[in-house]
Parts: sequence; structure tokens; C-alpha cells
Amino acid sequence: MPKKSFRQAVNEALRQEMERDPSVVVMGEDIAGGMGAPGEDDAWGGPLGVTKGLLAQFGRGRVLDTPISESAFIGAAAGAAATGLRPVADLMFVDFMGVCFDQIFNQAAKFRYMFGGKAKTPMVIRTMYGAGFRAASQHSQCLYPVFTHIPGLKVAIPSSPYEAKGLMIQAIRDDDPVIFFEHKAMYDDEEEVPDEAYTIPFGEANFLREGEDVTIVAIGRMVKFAREAADQLAREKIDCTVLDPRTTSPLDIGSILESVRETGRLVVVDEANPRCNMATDISAQAAEQAFDALKAPIRMVSPPHVPVPFSPALEDEFIPSVEKIGAAVRSVMAAPARRAA
Amino acid sequence: MKNAAPLELHVPEPPARPGEVPDFGWLKIPPAGSVARPDIATPPNEMRGHAYTLIRVLDEQGAASGPWDPKLDAETLRRGLRTMMLTRAYDERMFRAQRQGKTSFYMRCTGEEAIGVAQAMALDDRDMVFPTYRLQGLLIARGWPLIEMMNQVFSNTRDRLKGRQMPVLYASKEARFFSIAGNLATHLPEAVGWAMASAIKHDDRIAASWIGEGSTAEGDFHHALTFASVYRVPVVLNIVNNQYAISTFQRIAGGEESTFAARALGYGLPALRVDGNDFLAVYAATRWAADRARTNVGPTVIELVTYRASAHSTSDDPSKYRSAEEPGRWPLGDPIARLSGHLARLGEWSEERQARLASELDSEVLAIQREAESYGTLASGPHHRPATMFEDVFKEMPWHLRRQREEMGS
Ligand SMILES: Cc1ncc(C[n+]2csc(CCOP(=O)(O)OP(=O)(O)O)c2C)c(N)n1
Repeated sequence: MPKKSFRQAVNEALRQEMERDPSVVVMGEDIAGGMGAPGEDDAWGGPLGVTKGLLAQFGRGRVLDTPISESAFIGAAAGAAATGLRPVADLMFVDFMGVCFDQIFNQAAKFRYMFGGKAKTPMVIRTMYGAGFRAASQHSQCLYPVFTHIPGLKVAIPSSPYEAKGLMIQAIRDDDPVIFFEHKAMYDDEEEVPDEAYTIPFGEANFLREGEDVTIVAIGRMVKFAREAADQLAREKIDCTVLDPRTTSPLDIGSILESVRETGRLVVVDEANPRCNMATDISAQAAEQAFDALKAPIRMVSPPHVPVPFSPALEDEFIPSVEKIGAAVRSVMAAPARRAA
Repeated sequence: MKNAAPLELHVPEPPARPGEVPDFGWLKIPPAGSVARPDIATPPNEMRGHAYTLIRVLDEQGAASGPWDPKLDAETLRRGLRTMMLTRAYDERMFRAQRQGKTSFYMRCTGEEAIGVAQAMALDDRDMVFPTYRLQGLLIARGWPLIEMMNQVFSNTRDRLKGRQMPVLYASKEARFFSIAGNLATHLPEAVGWAMASAIKHDDRIAASWIGEGSTAEGDFHHALTFASVYRVPVVLNIVNNQYAISTFQRIAGGEESTFAARALGYGLPALRVDGNDFLAVYAATRWAADRARTNVGPTVIELVTYRASAHSTSDDPSKYRSAEEPGRWPLGDPIARLSGHLARLGEWSEERQARLASELDSEVLAIQREAESYGTLASGPHHRPATMFEDVFKEMPWHLRRQREEMGS
């Protein structure tokens, strides 16, 4: 199977869905640029080149550069989606959601409900998230917990190129609004990705590794870190299960609980700021529904409750690391076993 | 009624794609000195034409003419020229430093220097400015030390923003230079709010803000104009139309059917559309607007027509999205060359002095750069200590941050 980057995987998903379904259009700031220049320069494809080549293949009616108004193009995507078009809107940095929350939270998320079930909003919002890009506090947030909080929105956070392609195709075919999170430090990650189109269903966690001692649930880029930590821990004879929920809405809490019942220990790794993030949410659900199975307190590995700093010296400390995950796992292993109630 | 033909979406096109020969014939350029200068008390309705023309003072031969000529003395003009050249020298050095890995990111304002510099000189140093990331000329013209700017660009231990903000997104309370936002247009309502506060407190300071033509599509721009108009806020609202928003030509921002200055008219605000590469015109228009604000007549929108001669930032390659010949064909020329030509025509400057000054400024910048590098660069450090990231999140550090700081052990 050919190796592809995360960037190529998303590009391929968009291209194949646009080929399959003429109702799929992409729009956003700067995604077309060069506008029909020949050859390699056919399209600039956005600041990170994800939409490269789409303009040449599908034309200006289906690959739209928009004015710089997130509120207008997210609102337009929602309006267009209500007609049955399947817009994929590119929001660049998730931090820019600030100017279009109203369209997402109060409109797109609620059309189906407020139309009494008679409307659908099959739109996808692609957006970049995460720290490590030396882009400071206004371009580095995670924010997926905020979207997970809103009923009516689906939230996909792919952890690798393979996941990105399958989840993107699923997102485009989905009849609800999907916020699709791409970690900006992952675009060059490579892995084997099938050429043909395939989907990965939402709400089905992926078990990347099965172990008896500790369950590690990790989100997005943190999945890679958790796997590395698990590899190191295996050498210390600590056997971890690594679980990637893939989507936080819907969340496959069933698989998480099932695993926690087997291992009795849970570590949740989340790059989002620690208050009200996915780690607190998953931990609370596990505590509520699998308390009897827990042999040790749940541990959460998240950054500190501060804005993402710019300086590499500070930012590198901010991001949860393989070492911090390892330390958290060792600490739950070391915790004295709880007496059964 | 039935449609005669199926509906079609109109998508504006750039004037030239990579590989094509650009033609700026669409830009209507009236002769220098030909646009009237209304009294500052003129009702906006009676000067609507100023939103569609181009105020120019300097002609192609470097002569100044017409009612907008601010008649600045040679000393002031040379100061303006020097500051524009210093800004360019600074940009070139920082751009190279980025290429050498000494910083992660940089943005030049090449070709747009007259805007920041002339406007800083036309405003009072006590006025509050709300700039974008391409207004380093404004900060330099206010005399803010280059070393402070470089310390931030290199993110070293002397960075006054403590390693928290990106390079180029400066902030200086002392220079009355508001923190540049990573999120476009957000600072416009803030500028209006600052100026409202000035009026509420019966102060004498005004505010000025800048926004790129691309960002005028943001709601915040329009919200700011509404408030500015309703309360007759003492603010100058500048739009820098440098033709591009990253890769996107200004027609996508709504420049095809109207001018950006004309946005003001619907809000009942006066607008001036100005040759942004003409130092004298920029200075004079800013003075006009500042006088208007300062005398309680109200706010003004200024569109500065210019050209982004280099890339958007160090992250893009313009040859991928525009013709390589474009910068050389821009009909309004280069602001530094134009002002220096004007001074030479007045007998106050020469090519020789120009060359000497350019090399002096480069040495000056280089010396400052050496000093800044001695405090560290992004690549080599030293940097601020990680524990400092917990400071200034709140006025008082809450217990959970204190605990997280201890856990970090730094
Ligand atoms: C709210 C928001 N949307 C998008 C961006 C990404 N972005 C940064 S600069 C830029 C282009 C702005 O163009 P313009 O306003 O014309 O200013 P110029 O760069 O030409 O000076 C874009 C789209 C952002 N920083 N903030």
C-alpha cells in the first residue's frame, strides 16, 4: 500500500468525494489563490497546501476563495447545506471560530432540531488546531471540547493519515454538521493509506494496542504520543491498552468503559486546556459508570491552564509529552490498590 | 417569471495569473494635485466623490502640487525618508534572520512604508494606534527602539512580551501601540471603544486603526463603522489596500464593483481614497482626518491604495499565485524612491546621499541585531523560563495554576 502524508490523505478524500458527488464543494479563505495557472502552480491550495489541485480539476464553481469573513462563509455553508449541497468549509485556524460561533452553535447545530427534524445540514468545517507550531496563543488552541459540548455537532479528530482519509469521507457523507480537526504538526506524518475511498464510522473507538494493566485514552495528535509511551512502558513490563476515540461527538464511551473494566486503570491524554476538556469528560463518565472497576485514581495528562505561549522553550513544556504520559501511567500503577467496596 | 438561463455564480478573477503579463489599466490614476481639498467640516454627503478618486500630491517627476500638499520642510521630509528606509532595512535584516533560523516567522511591509511612517508623523505621539502586523513603520516612526522589536522577533530573554507573542505582533504601552491581534479585524471595535472612552473622559487624544482590504469583509469592520458613525467617535479608520490578502486578489474582498473607501458612505462617514505610496498625500490626508476627529467633527475612513511588493509572510511564495512581473508594473511606484526623487528635485537630496544613508542604516540595523543576538535567538536561546508561562493569566495566580507550576518543576 502506498505511503501518504496526512495532507495528501485529506486532499485525496476531498478529491474522491468531489468526483463521486457533484454536490460536494469546498470554500474558504485562500484555498484557490493562483486561480487556474497552468502546471504545478494550478492552485496554491491554501497556506498548508491541503486543497492543492482541486481548483484545476473541479473549477471555480466548486472550489471557492471567499472574502475574509468566517461568519459569512460558515453561514453560507450552513445555508447551502440546507439545500442539500455538501460544502466543506476551510476555517484555517480553529482560533478563528471566535468570529463565527453564532453560525455554528446557534444555527448549523440546531437546524435539524428547530425544523422539527425536516432539515439537514450536511456540512463539514475543516480546521487546524494544536500547539507546537510556534504560532502563539491566538493560533494554537484545541477548542474541540467547546464543539463537543454542543448538541447537534459531530466532532472528528483524526490521529493519523489513514484515519484522516476515512473520517473525512465519512464526514462529507454524514448528514449532520461535522467539525473536522487537523493538527497542524501532523500534515507531514506519513503512513500507508489505501488509494480507494473508504469510510471510518463515527463513534467507534480504535484499539491501537491491547494490554492488561492500564487503559490510555488519547485524542488526536496525543494518540501518537500515547503509543510511544506505551512502547516504552512495555519494556518496563507495564502493558497498556491505547484507545483512540476518533470522534468526541459521538463518543464511544462503551469501548472506553469496557477497557477500563478489564484494566482497572485509566489515563486520559488531551492537548486541550485542562478545565472542561475531553479528559475531564471521559474521566467523569468512567468514574460514574465504572467506579467499581477502578483500582487506582484516574489520571489526566493535559497542558497547564494557560494560553499557549510562543517561545519554543515555553511551548515545548506546555504540550503533554511522552514522558509525562509515562509518568502518569507509572503513578497509577504505583497507587495502592483500592479495597473493594 | 422563468429564468432565461440557469443561474450562474460570479467568481471574480485576478487581473493576471502566474505566467501572464499583468496590466494595471483598471486602476484610474488622476493627475497629482487635481483632487479638491474640502474643509474638515464638510458634511460627508457633500464629498462622496473623494471615496472614488485618488488623492495625489507627487507626480511622476517628483514635483508636489495641489491643495493637499502639506508643504513640509526639507528637514521633516528627510526624517520621513530616513524612517521609511530604516523600516525597510530592518525588514530585510529580519527576513534574512528568519531564513537563517534565528526566528520562526517574519512579515515585511515592503512598498507600504509611507503608510506607517507618514501617518505616525501626522498623528500626535500621544494618540493611540491600533495597527495590523504590517505597520512596523508606525512603531519605528514613534521612536520605539529596534532592539526591543528584535528581542521579540528572536524571542530571547529580553523579549518584553515574555515569549508569549509571535514575532512581528508587537505591543507597546509606552509607544501607545495596541497589541496586534492574530485574529483579523478584532481591533477595530476596540479602537472605536478606546476613542469613545477618550470622548467620555473629555480627553484630547484620538485613536487610529488600520486594517487590510481583505479584512474589511469581517463583521468587526462594519460593527466598528456603525459605532464610529453613531457616536461621532474621534477615530481615524484606515484601510490599507495592498491588493492582496495572502494569495487572494482584492476583487475577492469586494474591490471589483466599488472602492474600499466607499464602504464608509453607507454609514454616513466621509472617506478619502489616497495614493498610499505618496508620502505627502498620505501625510496630508491623515492630518485632515486627525483634525476632524480632534475638533469633534467626527471619524473618517481613509483607503490607502498601495501594493504588497513582497510575500505575505515568510510562509508563502507569491510566484505560486501571482505574476512575477506584477511588482515591477505597479503604477504608483515605490514610496521611498518617490520621496527621495521629490527631495532631489527640491535640491535637498542626491543619489549619492541616498546610497550613503542606505548603507549607514543597514550598518545601524546590523549593529543592533548583533546586540539582540547576544541576548539570544529563537534557535540558540537563552529563552524565558518555562515557569513564566503561568504569570499574567489572571491578576492573581489561582491555586490550581500555582500547583501546575510546581508540578512542572521549573
Ligand atoms: C479572523 C481571522 N481570519 C483569518 C486569518 C488568517 N489570515 C491572516 S492574514 C490574512 C490575510 C489578510 O489580508 P489583508 O487584510 O488584505 O491584509 P494584508 O495581509 O494584505 O496586509 C488572513 C486570511 C486570521 N488571522 N484571522
